[in-house]
Amino acid sequence: MIWFDYYNYWIVIVLMMVGLYLVMARHNLARKVIGLNVFQTSVFVFFISMGAVRDSSAPILAEGITQYANPLTHVLILTAIVVGVSTTSLALALIVRINEEYGSIDEERILLLDGDD
Amino acid sequence: MEHLPVLQVVIPLVLAPFCFVMARHTWLVALAGSVLSLVCSVLLLIQLLAVGTVDYFVGGWPPPWGIELRIDLLGGFVLLLVSLIAALVVTWAHDTVESEIRDDQINLFWCMFLLCLTGSFGIVVTGDVFNVFVFLEITSLSTYTMIALGRDRRALMASFRYLVMGTVGATFILIAVGLLYMMTGTLNMADLAVRLPAIQDTTTVRAAFAFFTVGVSLKIALFPLHQWLPNAYTYAPSAVTVFLAATSTKVSLYVLLRFFFTVFGADYVFGDLHVDYVLLPLSIVAIFVASIIAVYQEDLKRILAYSSVAQIGYMTLGISLANAQGLTAAIVHMFNHGLIKGGLFLAVGGLCLRIGSTRLSDLRGAGRTMPWTMGAIVIGGCALIGVPLTAGFVSKWYLVIAALEKDMWYVAVAIFTASIIAAAYVWRVIEHLYFQQGYAEASTLRSEVPLYMLLPTWLLIAMLIWLGIDTDLTVGIAERAAQSLVAP
Repeated sequence: MIWFDYYNYWIVIVLMMVGLYLVMARHNLARKVIGLNVFQTSVFVFFISMGAVRDSSAPILAEGITQYANPLTHVLILTAIVVGVSTTSLALALIVRINEEYGSIDEERILLLDGDD
Repeated sequence: MEHLPVLQVVIPLVLAPFCFVMARHTWLVALAGSVLSLVCSVLLLIQLLAVGTVDYFVGGWPPPWGIELRIDLLGGFVLLLVSLIAALVVTWAHDTVESEIRDDQINLFWCMFLLCLTGSFGIVVTGDVFNVFVFLEITSLSTYTMIALGRDRRALMASFRYLVMGTVGATFILIAVGLLYMMTGTLNMADLAVRLPAIQDTTTVRAAFAFFTVGVSLKIALFPLHQWLPNAYTYAPSAVTVFLAATSTKVSLYVLLRFFFTVFGADYVFGDLHVDYVLLPLSIVAIFVASIIAVYQEDLKRILAYSSVAQIGYMTLGISLANAQGLTAAIVHMFNHGLIKGGLFLAVGGLCLRIGSTRLSDLRGAGRTMPWTMGAIVIGGCALIGVPLTAGFVSKWYLVIAALEKDMWYVAVAIFTASIIAAAYVWRVIEHLYFQQGYAEASTLRSEVPLYMLLPTWLLIAMLIWLGIDTDLTVGIAERAAQSLVAP
């Protein structure tokens, strides 16, 4: 079953679509951020799957290890996770400030409160 | 001298934490950072004009193990634009930052500014595709923070929206990087360029290209992915608006050029995939729709923001013509528009400081009370329209020539027509400033802005006229840069 062989990529696609849908469809800003996180996580999974090699171990120097996974993609995604965490914390900080100013974190309500636009 | 490429990035990066820990005089730190960067990029450009390309191995590790910094003439040109604008903005911004940003946040503001500068330089100097993503996110995160510092509460929503769209865009670029790595096993741009042609007809590479193009288009604010831009420009603090408008979209455009021409190669992008079939119509729609929206705006900053979306259309139009002349026009316009919008927003920032508003109805009659600032807006506006003897004319002239060379007369007609629309929105501003009686004249704050704010503004405006008459510098560099992109 070739479909099942690549199941982690199917997970990536599903997560990606779920994430993008949440970002676009939700009016609640916090949910948008959750969607953004799911979307980013799908890319992390994608990178990690990419580096995996069947029947391999971690890339460490030890007896009996001949086949190992590509560590570079994992290192890259470590950086991307840091970026994701900073983005999330900044987004949440913004939501706190928005809530202080508007008393709401619902996009539609906020646009109404500002009147023009 | 040999460490210049890395110094360009390291100087603002090292100075940023100083701003974080120091309580006062952080403006001086930012000034030092931006002026040193300007010196760096001028020296680099001189070096580049002599040798063409500069390579630098970070930490002495040659690729493929280490990260390679690689700057060519195009990169040097963009570095010069970014650092020039940064140095002028910091010189200019002392008072506006103090009036628009809370006292206890000023040091953090300058810290963010230096980080944003670091990211912009990093994007340009690096020769590694993953590095581009990281620096892009450094720039973006600091930009979101700076936009949110605006006085109006709408700045918060503008920042949040930009954050969501910017993150989606950057993640798309990350997916593209992953797909490329999957196929080639390298992240180095030069290696990618060598390995991609053999496998370019696979779905994976096409998907990588699609993800990259959409992701970077979000960052460029290419129509119809520009929705974040008008609010971000309008509600950000004045200094941030200047820096954003003059540099951030230009740096993203640089990324587009770098990937299209160096990584994927012009033959693949325009020959096989025919991106120009999509890019050309979108550019023309961008030019018209954004210009027409600009005519109906009531806020000077918004008018200029929509005009930016239109001007970005001119740049992508030049790229989509896919010949050396179109590319030259795009690069020249990238530089010229950076200076035009920089000069205009510096003047608008002065208005903001003195009158406290940028709504056209509040600016009536300001032309008579602040003659120098208004003079700058008039000349900048002329350059925006593309009046002869200004820099804007030069870039549009080359664009028209490039279009005619490909027998696309309708593109030339579109450029002329759009210039008339541009004249309409610039005229509307001038009418309010000079020919209407109103609030600004009666207000007590009728004085001109201080000299050190006028000087940077007029320096840029003078450059617009100088570059409109003497085109050797911009066109000369852009032609060489375009040549090296088309035929590496």
